[in-house]
Parts: sequence; structure tokens; C-alpha cells
Amino acid sequence: MPRPQEPSSATVHDVVVIGSGAGGGTVTKVLADLGINVLLLEAGPMLNLSDLKEHMAPYDVPDRGAGAHAEVYFGGQSTLSFSANFGGAQIDGEPYTVAPGSQFRWFRSRVLGGRTVHYGRITLRFADYDFKPRQRDGLGFDWPVSYEDLAPYYEKAERFIGVTGSVEGIRSAPDGIFQPPAQMRVHDVLVQRSCAKLGIRAIAARQAVITTPLNGRPPCHYCGQCGRGCRSASNYASSYVQIFPAMKTGRVQVVADAMARELLTDDTGKVSAVSYIDKTSGAERQVKCRTVVLAASACESARLLLNSKSSGHAQGLANSSGNVGRYLMDTVGFSMSATVPALEGMPIYNSDGYSSHVYVPWWLWDRKDLGFPRGYHIEVGGGYGMPGIGSFQRTVTDHEGYGLGLKKAIRENYGTTISLSGRGEMIPNAQCYCEIDPNVVDRWGIPVLRFHWEWSDHELNQVRHMQTTFRSILETMGGRVITGRGQGPATAQSEVTAGRGQAAEATAQSQASRPPISTGGAIIHEVGTIRMGDNPSTSVLNKYCQAHDVKNLFVADAAPFVGNPDKNPTHSIVALAWRTAEYLADELRKGNV
Amino acid sequence: MSEITRREVLRRLALSIAAAGVIDRVSAQEVHHMAEQAVAASGSAYQPSALSLHEYATLDRLTDLIIPVENGAPGAAQAGVAAWIDLLAGANDQLLAIYKDGLAWLDTTMKDRGAADFVSATAEQQTSLLDLIAYRRNQSAELAPGIRFFVWARRMTVDGFYTSRLGMRDIYLGNTASATFTVPAASLEYALKKSGL
Repeated sequence: MPRPQEPSSATVHDVVVIGSGAGGGTVTKVLADLGINVLLLEAGPMLNLSDLKEHMAPYDVPDRGAGAHAEVYFGGQSTLSFSANFGGAQIDGEPYTVAPGSQFRWFRSRVLGGRTVHYGRITLRFADYDFKPRQRDGLGFDWPVSYEDLAPYYEKAERFIGVTGSVEGIRSAPDGIFQPPAQMRVHDVLVQRSCAKLGIRAIAARQAVITTPLNGRPPCHYCGQCGRGCRSASNYASSYVQIFPAMKTGRVQVVADAMARELLTDDTGKVSAVSYIDKTSGAERQVKCRTVVLAASACESARLLLNSKSSGHAQGLANSSGNVGRYLMDTVGFSMSATVPALEGMPIYNSDGYSSHVYVPWWLWDRKDLGFPRGYHIEVGGGYGMPGIGSFQRTVTDHEGYGLGLKKAIRENYGTTISLSGRGEMIPNAQCYCEIDPNVVDRWGIPVLRFHWEWSDHELNQVRHMQTTFRSILETMGGRVITGRGQGPATAQSEVTAGRGQAAEATAQSQASRPPISTGGAIIHEVGTIRMGDNPSTSVLNKYCQAHDVKNLFVADAAPFVGNPDKNPTHSIVALAWRTAEYLADELRKGNV
Repeated sequence: MSEITRREVLRRLALSIAAAGVIDRVSAQEVHHMAEQAVAASGSAYQPSALSLHEYATLDRLTDLIIPVENGAPGAAQAGVAAWIDLLAGANDQLLAIYKDGLAWLDTTMKDRGAADFVSATAEQQTSLLDLIAYRRNQSAELAPGIRFFVWARRMTVDGFYTSRLGMRDIYLGNTASATFTVPAASLEYALKKSGL
């Protein structure tokens, strides 16, 4: 396809970073602090804090979320969303395909900051054993780095970003440098006490939210709307915590609406330029670079390498091992909710807080007789969420009637739903990967990804364990598990997680022999695809996330992940990216790249 | 400016102060914008665009029976629920037909019960009819259209009320800026005692 070509600038940038999420934002900030100039390409627009829908309510929109033509009352979906996700699984002109027999959902955020603008802020260190899983149970692969390698970078990230939590001394949930956590809400305490009766420990949530001032950022004002982004920058998003301050150093140039198309190489096989589409004009542009850092998200980064074909790189760039796109992983997801009579009629209070106040780390990490390897943690939802269309539909249907009795029933049933979400480790397998679809291109003519996906019995058995466990926890507090019914009242938690693919996530409704596991990709923790390793024939990157084949090519998103432990990936993306950035700076100074 | 609006503006200002340096300008604009909206909203009575004036008055009364005033706290009429339904009915012919037919059924049925129409009937006449159509157990060929319509009216009245500025404050205490997060001891004790945990 002919593309209008813009004259290229002669400037050779020391570092071009592609993607501005947790990885790209961290690399940008660390390099700028070390005095290195960065050109940052982002496929979405610049983030304007005034675009965030913080503190909006349904009444700020004429239809209140029923749809401009009342679609919600006729089987349609509400288009009203306060989430700052700036994207989704469906993006106009940016398709992906899924191989026959597979199911996969690929969520993408197109905005400065990427998914960090709206994510759940859960911030968990991997445990020491997470880096050497194969040594423990013979499954998956060991990382070329250890907990000790990454611990200093977790600490740097925590000190800079700010993370709530409490020191607990639990091996599966290593402690960090913590901001004081907010008090647990009533439903958190019920979960904590129910868990305690079952021998399960629930602790303060570890959230990238500050409760005391940090680097000029004011503390959280407890509106519970972390999923909408935060205008006061009291939670972490790479845009307002890392990139905006880095831009003030004068060493960072951001090019928004720049969709990377291909990496161009010189005679020596090194990356010499990045070709991208200026989405505002459709023109192709090129920027010359001394080094490049891919941080476009695991699958986009893999796509970029696979699309960077040349005579010397017939399988795509940095892909002599054939491993680019391979060993794609997501998190195992399962949710169950219950109405809890103990909460009926409770004096209503403002339970907004921040996105989550409680965390149940994996408690059976030393057991080997569970029928599945590895483990999961539990996230808790509940409380008095901002009402929306349909919030009280279940109460209305059950109660019927009208008048003061109906009002009373609504008030008493409001906020009585508690949900538990399991987030578990997936074992990498050869059936889960992405590749270039030879027949489909996006609106700019860039070949798109085709996904292959297959859960194994490891994950299915883990979900069976979640089903049994969640029912026990919910019933211990007297809860009535909701089956075969719609979701209960919208809660602060469900809004926060709305961008994390709850629609595609299985619920307790299905009781078929195959347990209701989430669709691949639905938890939006896709990792792997450009993995690290010491052996260049089985891995793409070395232990500093530098390509074995191409010395001036680095990767700083979740693509380098060798496994996907039951800890949400963002904290490890940041820690790895921080380490990679320091190494890159060192190599630049030494003249090695 | 109403009490609610004043409170809302103060809340926004508190937020602005909490986040000084980051959102000053934006927040100030918002406060200004909100005050304007509140003034505009309190200015004149709503003019229905999809329903006739009579249908609108009937719906307004019906919604206020479904979600009534309670100890001085607003009901559906004060929260403007009928206006919101009229807005949606104007954008969806199917919905408009449901309301026109349903409201006409209320009038016809009320005539059979000796009143001129629903809205001019006595409160007792109105509630005695609602006592029939508000429950599935009263299903009959005669009442079916009324029961079917009431499911619609009740569902949308509840949605419209609790998503309105006034109605939301009746139940939801959040969407504010606070310096600290505190769980009231009374709430925690209530749930712990009731759960036996």
C-alpha cells in the first residue's frame, strides 16, 4: 500500500521509547533523571487531566446512562462510562483475529499513560520462589533474574510511586516500603474474619495510592474513583506521576498519536530508525535512533518485532530463536458474589475510600497436594457504590410494591453484595501465542495479530479450588451466593474493575463440568511473548531485557516475563523497566550501544 | 441557590484545595459550570416534549407514589423523574408507546372506579389501584396491562430517582473529598454483631 512519506529528520535520538504505560513511563522518567534525552512515541493522544471524569455522576449526562435512545431498557448496553480506559477490546480500525477454536480478548488503551491511567492500582512484589518455578515443581521456566536482583528496584518504585500496605512477613507476599493503609471497610472486615475462621489471612491492600504527600503530590481524597484516573495524581499512572514531571526536565519529547509500524535496521543489524504513522495525518514518519525501547504492551511489542522483517531478519527482528509471540500468558480469573444479610439495614456510610482496602495473598504456597500447581490471590469488592441505571433492579424485582416500603427495601439492600475475585497463576504453554495474521491489516495497512489460546488442566483445577473456597468464605459470613442472576448493585469495586474485562469474565453462574474460567486476555494481564533468558536459542532477551540478537534493542513492558505469578504485573513491569533503564544508561555511557 | 447545590459547590472547592497545584483551574471552571447548571435547572418548570401535559402530570404523580417524599426528603416528583422519562420516551418510539398506553390504561381504569382520571382521583383511589398492579400475584386478564406497565414505571422511576442529584443524596454519601477515611463504629458493630463473626 502506498504511504505518503514525510521527509525524515536527520536527528539521531539517543533513546526512542515506544509506548508510555508502566514500562515506557518508568524508562522515560529514569533516563531523564540520569540526564539522557528521550523521544517517547505514544499511539494515543496526550492525556489532559480535564478529560478525566473524576467526580462526575449519572446526572451529569442527560440520559443518566440509559443510552441516548433508552437502549439499556431494550437489551442494549449503556455507553456511559466514567472509566479512564481510553480504549477497550474493540478499537475502530485496529482489529485482531483469533484462531478457530481459540478465544482471546485483547484490551488496549490508547492514551499517554496507557492502562495505568485506569488500572486497579494493585501493586504486588513477586515472591522469591516466583522467579524459580521450574526448580520447585518442574513446570514453566525459571527467570534469568532472582528476587534479590529485582528487590532494589521494587523498593525504588515503591519510594517514588507510593504504595499502601502493612508489613506482614508473609513469604508469598513480600513486604515493601509502604504508605499507611486506609482502614478496612465493613465488608473487608467481614471477609477478613470469615477468612480467619478458615485459616486464611487477609491483610491491608497494596495499592499504588498515596495517603501522605509524596513528591508534591497531595494524598488521596478517598473518592473511590481510581478507575477514572486521578486529577490530583494521588494514585499512580505513568503519565501524571512519571512522564509529566520528566517532561519538565526538558529532556523528554513526547510524540502523541504516533502508531509505530516497524523498526528499521542498518547493515550491522542494529535498529537505526523507527517508522511510525502520524495518526492525525496518516503520513508515515521516521525517527532515527541510537537505541530503542519497546514498551508498547506485550502483544503490541511482539507485533512490532514480527512486522519488522528484512532480508537479515526473515522471521522478524530479534527473532532468531523463533520465540517472539510465544508463551503468551494471562491471569486465571474467576469471581463469585453473594448478598450478605449481616449488611442489610446497616447504617449507610461513605465507603468510597480508594479502589481496594483488603488483599488475600496466596495462603497455601507450601502445599503440593492441591491438584494444581502454584496459586492465586483474592480481591474483594463491595460497599456503597455510586448508584447507576439498574443498580437496584434485583431489589425492585424481589420486593415489588411501591412507596415507602420500596424505598426502605432499596436502602436496606443497598451495598449488601460482596464479591470475591480470584487472580491466579497460569503455567506458560505452547498453545498460547500470537502471530501475524497473513490476511488482515489495520487501517494503516499494518498486519495485525492472530491469537491462539488454550487453558490447561492446571488452570481449570485452580478455578475449581476458587469455587469451593469462595463459597466457604461467603457462607461463613452468612452470605447467599448469587447464582443464575444478574450482577447486584454497582459497587465502587465493580466500577474500578470495569475496565478489566468483567463482561467477558466468567461468573459463578455456569456449573458445567468445565469450570467457569475467564476468557484468555480478559483479566488484561497479558504477559510473555518476548521472554528473557540466558539461552539465546530459547529466549529473545537477556537478563537486562536487551535483545540477544540486536544490542541496541530493549523491551520494557510485560513482554519479557518468563512466567505470570499470581501477582498483578504492573509492579514488576515498573521494577524491571527501572533496572533496564539504568543498564541502558550505563551501556550508553560506556559506548556499548 | 439550593442547599444541595451550595453543598455541591463547597465540595468541589474542597477538592480543588485538596489537589492544589494540579487541578486548580479545571476545578474552578467546574464549580462555575455547576453553579450555572443549578441555576438553569431551578429556573422554570419542565415542558414535556414527548408526552402531553396531561400524560406528563399523570406520570409525575405516579412516580411520586412509587418513590414518595419521606420525612421531608425528596420524592420522585421533586427529583424530576418524569422529565427524565419524557426525555427518553422522546428518543424511543417503543418506550413512548409503552408510556402512552400505560398512562391511558390508568385513566380508563380509574374512570371505571368512579374518578375523572388517575391524576384527579383521591390518594386513596390511586393507591388502591396501585395495590393491585404493583404485584405479580394479582395477575389477571383484566389487570395484565396495568401490571405490565407498572413494572416499567417502577423500574424507571427507581433508576431515574437514584441517578438524580436529589435522589442520589438520599442513599449515597460518597463522591466527596475527605482528608481521612473513617468507617463509623456503629456500622461495623452492626454488621459484626449480625454476622456473628
